[in-house]
This record gives sequence, structure tokens and C-alpha cells, in this order.
Amino acid sequence: MTRISKRSFVHLAGWGAVAALAAVAGCSKKEETTTTTTTAAPASAPVAAASAAPPAASAPLKVAFAYVGPVGDGGWTFAHDNARKAVEKHFGDKVETSFVEKVPEAADAERVFRDMAGQGNKLIFGTTFGYMEPMLKVAADLKDVKFEHATGYKQADNMRTYDSRTYEGAYMAGVIAGGMTKTNTLGVVGSIPIPEVIRNINSFTMGAQSVNPKVKTKVVWVNEWFNPPKETEAAQSLINGGADVLMQNTDSSAVLQTAGKAGKYAFGWDSDMTAYAPNAHLASSIINWAPYYINAVQDALDGTWKGGSGSWWGVKEGAIDIVSISDKVPADLKAKVDSVKAGLKDGTFVIWKGPITSNEGKEVLAAGTNADDKFLGGVNFFVKGVEGKVPGGEKK
Amino acid sequence: MMDSLPLLVAATLNSGTVLAFAALGLLINERAGIVNLGAEGIMLVAAVAGFATVVHTGSSWLGFAAGALAGAALAAAFGVLVIWLNTNQYATGLALSLFGVGFSAFVGIRYTQEKLGERPNFEIPGLADVPFLGPALFRQHPMVYVAIALTAAIAWFLYRSRSGLVLRAVGESPESAHALGYPVRRIRLAAVLFGGALCGISGAYISTVYTPLWVEGMIAGKGWIALALTTFATWRPARVLLGAYLFGGVTMLQFHLQGEGVQVPSQFLTMLPYLATIVVLVLISRNASFIRINMPASIGKPFFPG
Repeated sequence: MTRISKRSFVHLAGWGAVAALAAVAGCSKKEETTTTTTTAAPASAPVAAASAAPPAASAPLKVAFAYVGPVGDGGWTFAHDNARKAVEKHFGDKVETSFVEKVPEAADAERVFRDMAGQGNKLIFGTTFGYMEPMLKVAADLKDVKFEHATGYKQADNMRTYDSRTYEGAYMAGVIAGGMTKTNTLGVVGSIPIPEVIRNINSFTMGAQSVNPKVKTKVVWVNEWFNPPKETEAAQSLINGGADVLMQNTDSSAVLQTAGKAGKYAFGWDSDMTAYAPNAHLASSIINWAPYYINAVQDALDGTWKGGSGSWWGVKEGAIDIVSISDKVPADLKAKVDSVKAGLKDGTFVIWKGPITSNEGKEVLAAGTNADDKFLGGVNFFVKGVEGKVPGGEKK
Repeated sequence: MMDSLPLLVAATLNSGTVLAFAALGLLINERAGIVNLGAEGIMLVAAVAGFATVVHTGSSWLGFAAGALAGAALAAAFGVLVIWLNTNQYATGLALSLFGVGFSAFVGIRYTQEKLGERPNFEIPGLADVPFLGPALFRQHPMVYVAIALTAAIAWFLYRSRSGLVLRAVGESPESAHALGYPVRRIRLAAVLFGGALCGISGAYISTVYTPLWVEGMIAGKGWIALALTTFATWRPARVLLGAYLFGGVTMLQFHLQGEGVQVPSQFLTMLPYLATIVVLVLISRNASFIRINMPASIGKPFFPG
């Protein structure tokens, strides 16, 4: 009797193990499909594709995009994907685009870039800072593929960089925030303390100070681009600390929604986020990547694409805008935003113009000088009015 | 600092409630001798189920019901595997967790851009206006109070009711309970279903109240913290609730200090709950009788009747 039940146990345990394995296998299979084919691109494939170049005029140019988040984030990645759709619309059947979402900023990215090239893509966009090293490595191996890297600073013969002047949007949002705050305390949920984000926090504060010199800005870092519960908690603690207008340099709409729940104000970032919290939403600082993407694809189609360069587009080129300004914003404040926008467009207005002092009282930009792009690329201090210290900012 | 203190308390209660529901469910599981490492996956699936239900029906209470049902359904599959087929509890739980991550992302694709819109705040009339205590304690979502009531109910059930005694007996010595004629497997399944439902309510709370949106992976480790919490609390309901508030408070305090200009590496505070759990484990393991008193003796072990 015992023998039989023991045997049947072994039998059943076996079935259980099969079921568990099936569950694990099912899961890992899913992961594979989201990052497109994993092993289908042997090392020889790109070489074979390379020897087939140049493509016939009728064959569409294959363009691929690697995204760091899901296209449904409603923010950063969403904006890139809208621009990809604009490219498809603009060029019709002359191009064929594809994307892989949620590509981690790690070794996996390299594999994804190789896969993309293996599938015959000739122009590849990587849309986050963390793809810089993997992309550089792949670019060195695959000379016939053109690489475009967003927000980075390393380039190669077949790799160039592009970025948008998000700080211009942050400044315009700051103008609105400075006029709307009652507590004179603004709050920013920061992602990762890199120059781009610090520059945005500073520009936001400078915008606010241009209409309300008493404004101070509190900053809370979540050390991630996308973690809605953490963004919520950070936003909540800023509100608890007295901030009544929030901005975020993270990728989801969580901060805006938290402000909505607490009856405070906030902004949309990267994409128009009005719908997430119509009552809390003051305006959205958006990035329109479409002009750059269309331009880059045009270069590739014309054969005029050149690597080793970088571009940084802003309001002037139509890459940055502030949209869906709420009716709660008074007309004179709106007019002020419009004049800033017009000034940025024709180049008569400069945001980063000396004298600028850090919040430790040091003059970082002398009176009368305009910051150049190199200066802007290395911002590692808070300007006067921002509270606290840049994490790790003391080392120079 | 004084005006922000009640708000910090309020945020702590809110953040702790998320952990309390899941940890109380896992406590009942473990009291019956079953460890369910699938909590994270269950919470994710329940989060998308709850969110989708609120999107389609507009009722947040139906959302909680859907979350609880989804949690119980996944727990049922887990229960059948580990209780009747005697698969390894840890391996099966891990598989369930991984499955939940992928499955919730898959079924949730179309909900990533849905919005629940702005929701009304809850407050208890009268009490909400008491200075300090009002904003700290009486302007919470009703589920915050439900969590406290549930803790009391579970404590009563475990220590004061006959069925609670039977449940603990099953967790301590399933053989003895079996010899006395109690249906050990069915009791364990009931505990697993209850635990799954509570994890589900926690998941639905996250996606419909705490951070009202759905994105894949949004539970972001809270299921694992809840698992650590049951051990941290040495399997006592009241300590589970206090531990939940403590861990929730650490999370909020980290951001609060940053806002006040105090530099604390957030990475350090992220690892604190786990560190605290390991410390508690070491402390209780040093004392054999302490373990015997607190830890359900059959935890993690399969039971073969006959």
C-alpha cells in the first residue's frame, strides 16, 4: 500500500514539475517575443546583408527604433513612437519602420542592435542615454549600418547623436509655475542626477524666478526613469513639504496624477498629458522628434547622411514646445510664455545667460556671457533657488 | 516640519496598507504551512484585473472584487500543485511569480494608456477637521481602515476561534490534524485561496488607488517585501501591520528627507526592509525555543496523508 502511494506520489510530482516548467517556459518565451527574435540572427547574417548593398531604388529603407520603455508610457517613449509614425506617414512606402520596446540599458541592448541590423535595417535609432556604449560597439562592427543615438555624446563614422533642448520646455513650464504657485515652493521629481536632468531643474527654477523672485524649488530623486509607485511617493512627499506646483523629469504620468489627487498643479512632460488629470494639468512641455527623424531619414535616402556629428534641436527647429496651457493660467502669464517662445524661435532670447550663481553662492556664468553647448552639457550644480545638493555633485 | 508631519503619517499609512493586505494574506498561508513565493506575480495579475474592471465599470469596489478573484484563481492553481501534487513549494511559487510578471504584461497591453481620471478624496466627516490628527489619520481611503479591522479580525480568528486553532494545528503538525480527522488538504487550500485573495486586493489597491494607472511590472517588488514582512513579524498579525507601516514609513521618509535637503542614498533605504528581515531571521534563529514558539513547524513541507 505504501509502495503504491509512494510511486503515485513520484508520478504526480513529475507532473507538477512539468507544469511548473511549462509556466517558466511560457514566461521566458514571452520575453523572447517582445525583444523580437533572439537567436535568429547569426553573426554571418549582417555580413550577407552588407554584401547585397546598395539596395535597389524600389526596396524601402528599413529603419528600426529601440525604446527604453513601453510605447504606452504616455511620455518619453510615446513621443518617440509618435515621431516614428510621422516618419512612416511622411515617406509612405519608401521606408519600412519597426521598433523594439523595453530594451534594457545594458548588454541586452547590444544584442537588440545586432538583431536589428541582421534583419536588414540600415538606419537604427537608440532612444536613451544608456544605449551609448552598446551602440558604439555594434557600430564599430557593422560599418554599413547608420546609427543615431539620442542624448549621448560619443560618436563614430557611422554613428551620430541627437538630442532636444528639453530645458527650453522646462523654462517655459517654470514661467507658468512661478506665476501659479501660492506657497512659492515648487517641487521636481528627478529621475537620475545627470546634467540633462539637473539642467532641466535649473531652467524650470530660472523660468519661475523670471516672474516670481521668491520662488524656491525642492527636488526629490527616484533614481529611475520609470517607476510609477516610486514617482507617486516622491510627488506625495514634495506636496507634504509644501510644494504646490510640481514638475517631473520621469517618464510616466504618476506625478501629474498625484498632484491631481492632492488638489495641486503639475505639468505634462515629453508628451501631452492633459487627459491624465485635466484639473491639475497646467501645460505640457513636449518633445516633437518628428522633424529630426524625418530629416535623418531624408539624409539616409539621399545618401547625404554623415556620422560623427551631433545635433541639438529646440524650439527653433520645432522640436520643443509647450502645449495645452490650462484655462486656469491667466492671460498675462500666457503672453509671457508666448514671448519667451517667440524669443527662443528667432534667437533673441537666451535662457542660460550670465550672471548665473549656484545655490552655494558661486558665480558659474559671468555677467554678459551666454552659455555654450559644452557648458550646458556639463551642468552639475543647482542654481540659486533650488534647495539641496546635487547627489555626488561635490566631486568636480 | 511640524505641518508636514501629519502628512508624512498619512502617506506612511497609505504606503503601509499596500504591504499589510498582502502580508496578512501570506501570514494565513504560512500559518497553514504553505509558503507562496508567487505573491509578486499574483499582485501583478490582480493589479491589471482590478484596473481593467474599474476602467470598464467605473466602480472601484468591483475593482477590488476582481483583484481578489484574480488573486484567488492564481492561488488555486498554486494550491492544487503544491497541496495535491506535492510539488516543491518554493519552485512552484517562483514559477508563479515569473508567470505573473509575463502574463500581466501580456493581458495588460491595451490598458497601458487608459486613465481612471481624477478621483474624489475620502475623509471622515467631523474627524477630518481635527487639527493634526485629521490630516494624519482621517483623510484616508476606506481600505486603510479595512486593513486595520482585518488585522484585528485575523488575530481574533487565529487565537480566539476554534477554526483558527485548527488552521494553526494544520500548520504545526499536519499529521496530528489529519489523525484527528481534519481535512488537512482542504484547509490548506482554503488558506491559500484566502492568501491569494488578499494579495489580489493589495494589487488592485496599487493599480486603482495608490498609483491609479497600469504599467507592466508596476508592483515593483512590493510582493517580495510583503513576503519578507511575515518573517520579520514572526508570524503575528499585529506585528505584520506594524511592520507594514514601518516599511512603508521608511519608503516615505526617504523622499521626505530628500525634500528637506537631507542627503540619504535612496538605494540604501531600498534595501533596508530586506536587511531588517535578515537581521530578524538571524536573531530568531539563535534561539531554538523562540523558533519553536513562533514559526509554523510544517512550513514549506509537503504533507502526504495515509
